Formats: sequence, structure tokens, C-alpha cells
Amino acid sequence: MIKRRFSFGRLVAVVVKEFIQMRRDRLTFAMMVGIPIMQLLLFGYAINSDPRHLPTAVLSQDNGPFSRAILAAMQNSTYFRLTVTAESVAEVDRMLDRGTVQFAVEIPVGFERRLMRGDIPALLVMADATDPAATGNAVLALQQIVQGAVAPLLTGPLEALLPAPQPVELRIHRRYNPEGLTQYNIVPGLMGTILTMTMIIMTSLAMTRERERGTMENLLAMPVRPTEVMVGKLVPFIGVGLVQVAVILGAARLLFHVPMEGNAAVLAVGLTVFIVANLAVGFLFSTVAQNQLQAMQMSFFFFLPSMLMSGFMFPFRGMPGWAQAIGEALPLTHFLRVVRGVMLKANSLADTWPDIWPLLAFLTAALGLALLRYRQTLD
Amino acid sequence: MSAPEAPVISVRGLTKRYGDKTVVDKVDLQVMRGQIYGFLGPNGSGKTTTIRMLCGLLVPDAGEGTCLGHDIRTESWAIKQRVGYMTQKFSFYEDLTIRENLDFVARLYGLPDRRAKVAAALERLGLAERRNQLAGALSGGWKQRLALAACILHQPDLLLLDEPTAGVDPKARRAFWDEIHELSAAGMTVLVSTHYMDEAERCHRIAYLAYGKLMAHGTVAEVVAGAGLSTWHVSGPDRRIAELARTLSGLKGVEMVAPFGATLHVSGADAAALDTAVQPFQADAALAWRRGEPTLEDAFIHLMDSATDNYHPDAPR
Repeated sequence: MIKRRFSFGRLVAVVVKEFIQMRRDRLTFAMMVGIPIMQLLLFGYAINSDPRHLPTAVLSQDNGPFSRAILAAMQNSTYFRLTVTAESVAEVDRMLDRGTVQFAVEIPVGFERRLMRGDIPALLVMADATDPAATGNAVLALQQIVQGAVAPLLTGPLEALLPAPQPVELRIHRRYNPEGLTQYNIVPGLMGTILTMTMIIMTSLAMTRERERGTMENLLAMPVRPTEVMVGKLVPFIGVGLVQVAVILGAARLLFHVPMEGNAAVLAVGLTVFIVANLAVGFLFSTVAQNQLQAMQMSFFFFLPSMLMSGFMFPFRGMPGWAQAIGEALPLTHFLRVVRGVMLKANSLADTWPDIWPLLAFLTAALGLALLRYRQTLD
Repeated sequence: MSAPEAPVISVRGLTKRYGDKTVVDKVDLQVMRGQIYGFLGPNGSGKTTTIRMLCGLLVPDAGEGTCLGHDIRTESWAIKQRVGYMTQKFSFYEDLTIRENLDFVARLYGLPDRRAKVAAALERLGLAERRNQLAGALSGGWKQRLALAACILHQPDLLLLDEPTAGVDPKARRAFWDEIHELSAAGMTVLVSTHYMDEAERCHRIAYLAYGKLMAHGTVAEVVAGAGLSTWHVSGPDRRIAELARTLSGLKGVEMVAPFGATLHVSGADAAALDTAVQPFQADAALAWRRGEPTLEDAFIHLMDSATDNYHPDAPR
């Protein structure tokens, strides 16, 4: 065998060609910049894991200072929006069935009198809990709301009804995101999701496009090594990825006020490894796929689990062990930890290493497989 | 001149199968330096597959040989450095301009003085004015010029051209062949596949492939003579000629009946049988009969028919 060294000159040839082709392909180029902006605006403003102003029906069978105070407190908590007054239990059921309200509050007959007598009357709150995330926080807040509303009215002889102080003082520190803002979690996560999607789709088309346009035969007939073609095709996309990152980070800062607590250099390391890992997957797909349609299908086959099982959409620790194992094999999972860690927790390079090395391992495996799959003949 | 030169292409028993279909069947080929070697045969006869095996794009299932002194099975990297391959379908980048395409090729081969070489190639093929046009916007003839310019940019020793003039107008074809002859005169070896008889006649040597088998090879005269055809040329009134064509075809000993204007070419491999078949018509005073020379086309059609027969050994003759 004749020795075939990696040639920088040939790499440059491929890189220059790819850059020109990318520039000429207006639609794709617009997509590469447009997709991140669109998704960021959509998801950044739309997704909220702490929903408020939920429509609530009231069935009031007793009207007095206590029930009025409770209803006012619910409204003031901003979790509930008292929209309708129901006349009967049947009407309440119908509204919940049809989904016109998320909650219904029933104040029973004799509520006020029994409260003052110390009978501890029941206050029924019904929730449409089909989507646990929609009702969860509101339900949790209820206890506090009701107690807070009733307490000021328990004066004079009623003071005896005040709850006893807790034997333990509970202190909760909500670290890194004390206000529980969804955007602090979503916006850095979006960076990973957007990169996964665009990087994989773009590169998965890289080789299939050469094959479909008939230029593959010519490329193979010329002396160029698979690594030169691969690296040459990936380099321009690293640039694209970094542009997308700049757009997202800028928006995170200006529109969503997501803090950047950590070191930008650490984030840059994580980003670069993550981008290349995704490009390698895309390139692997493009060496396997017969045509561009198949390449797209493979991309989506990879993209969906990435989105759902990485901890981007749902809590990672909420998944069973086997699902977490799948999640651990996805680059997005590790990148999310890195990006959230650096931006919100000021993680150092050493802190992020447990998630950087799996990315590196993934990258190496994908590149190796892609090179194995790369055919140097038309056979 | 030194001792007899080694052939540029020398392969034996080259075979390629796809499934149970043998596309190229034990082809032997020898091409000497500076030759223009024509590769002829009907569609699907294995011309493209053979060319691809020669430049390392396909691995042969059987057979062996060398191209430019390198083993075609194991040294395709070395072969690629010194071969220019022009594919049948235009396979440069349509979204790059002419100059960008040439720049890409020049960089891949690591040519020194890239700018000067590309400029010279543009000038030489008359592409300089159009250098900033996208390749995809070019007509067939210009695309072919671009492809040729790109293939010879690195001054290869061997040029493989796969039906380079398909869909190109006669003037451009003529210019293209003049260019090929210039390159050959400068020492470049050219293997070119084609369907056109006039192009075959511009080759130093030709090989005829049918259904994957090499049916004949040599100079044009050798191939024509080798077919062993006897031919009569008949001329006469148009209507009589048309009638005669219908009557003769299908007669024993008559293999081919082809009108060329007012003249009818009647040929067959068995001279005696042919003469017996046409004898009853030679008395007709309206017709003028004379012995003719078979053409290359006659020879090819004869070769192709006999190749088909190989596939159907029981077919009635």
C-alpha cells in the first residue's frame, strides 16, 4: 500500500468548496440562522412550567367574611382566576368535564358558622388533574393561601383556632434559580436542542447530497482521503454552530435575562465538543442513508429521544433507570448539564468534566463509525 | 526509442457481477502510450463499469492487471493521482462557478501555481469569459468543456472519457476531438467510450463490447475485416429499393438490410448463402448491383447480433 498522509491542502480544498456551496444555498443558510431565533422566541416565551391564572369556578353555598377572604386570597395568589359562579354541583362537574375551568371551589352550607364553632369544616377544591404539571404548583400553594386568608380573621375568642407553631423551622433555599423562572432552565436547554437539530440535519445531508447530485463519482475518482472530506465538510458547520450559539446567548441575555454565572471559556469547551459530536452523528447518518429523505428520517429518529429523554422537556431524574441509561447515551443530556451548570451554577471545567468526557467518547465513536462506513468505491 | 514500452493499461479477465448478472465478463485489454482507444458497444454493454474498474471506483470480482503500472486492485490511490476521469453524467458542482470548480480540483491535486494553471486552463478551452458563471447554468457543450478542463488540469498520463460527446452538437464534437488528438500527440493516453461511428473512426484502436463481453478489438480496418461480412450495394428507383428491402430481410443468408439514401446495403457473414439469397433479384434490370465494402456500423451490428445469440444458444438461425 502506498502511504497516504492527511493533506492540509486537500482539506482546505474541501472546506473552501463547502463554504461557497453553503453561501449559495440561501434557503439553508436562512434556516440555519432563522431556526434558532424562531425557536428561541417561541419556546422561550411560550413554555412555562409554573402556569398561573388558571380558570376557576366557584360554587358558594355560604357567604361570609371567611369565604370571601379565602376567595380573594386565591385570586391574589395569581394561581387562580375566578371566572364563573356555579349554581349547582352538577354544573361544576359539567364545567370540569368540558375543560372550561381547571379548578372548582365548593364552599359548603354552614361553612362560616361551623368554622367559628371550631368544627373544622371541609373546603372542597376540585382540580382537572389530567395534566399534573398544569395543576401541581397551584395545588401545593393552596394550603398556604387558605391559612393566610383565614388567620387575620381569627381574633378575640377565635384566636384559639390559630394553628400551633411548627416544632421545626423549615428553611428552603432554592439555589441557582430562586424565583423558579422556567426560562432560566429552558433557554440554555434550547441552545442544546437547536444545535442538535440543525447540526445533525445539515451534516446528514452532506454525503447524500453528493451522491444524489452525481458528484460523488467525481469526488471518489480524485485523490482525496475520507478524513479530509469528513473534516472539510464539518468545519464550516462548526462555524454555523458558533453563530447560532452567539444568537442564542445574546437573546438569553437581552430578552430573557438569563444570568451567566460561570466562565465563558468553560462553556466554549463544552459547546465545541458538543457541536462536533452532533456533526459526527449527522455525518455518520449521511454515510448510511441512501438518499436525502432517509437522512432526514434518521435525523428525526435521533432528535426525538434527544428532546424527550435528555432532561430538556421532562425532569431527567423522573425517568426509570433504563430510560436514564438511554438518556446517558445521548450527547444532549450531557450538554444540558454542562450548559446549565456553567450558566446558572458557575461550574468549573473540573465540575463539568464528568459530562465532557462522555461527549468526547461519543464523538470519537461516531467519527470512527462514520469513517468505517465511508465508501471509497461505488460498490 | 527505448525497449518496447509497457502498456498503459493491461488487464486480463476483468469481471464484474451485480447479483447473478455479469456486467463485465472476462475482458482483456491492452492500451499503449499515446493511443486514442475507442470503447464501443450498445447501452448496458459494460463500458462504464470497465472504465470505473480501471480507475479504482469499482473493485473487480475477478481478473487482474495494471493501469499506469499500478495494480488496479490495491493501488487505486496511486492510479487516481495520474488519471483524469470524465464521467458520463456531468459530475462537477453546479452551484460553483467554472473557476471555483477548477480551483477545487487544482487544490485537491495540490498543484503548484494554482492560479496560473487555472487561468491557463480557462484560456485554453475558451472558458475565460465565462469563468464566473455557475456550472449549473451552462449548456451541454460548455459543461463538457468544463469537465474536460477539470480532468486534464493535473496533466494526467491517462484520460478516461465516458461518452464525453453525448448530447453535444457536431461543431462542439469536432472541436472536442481535435483537442483529444492534440493531447494524444503530446503523449497522453486516452480511453474513450462512444456510440458514434465517426468518433470510432477517429480512434487509433477500438474495442467492441457487447453484453459484457469483448467481441473484437484492433484498428477500424481490422475490426471490419474481422467481422467477415460480405456486402452488396444495390441502387435503383426508390420504390423498388423499398420493396426489395422488405423482401430481402429475413431471407436465409441475409443478416442486414440497411437503406442509405437511394442505396441499399445488404450484408451477411456467409458469402455463399448471401449470394444465393440475392441471386434471383440480380436479374432485375431496374436494379444496379455491385460488391461493396462493409462499414464499421455493419460490423458492429453483426457483432452485437452474434453476442445476443450467445445468450440464447437454442435460438433458430
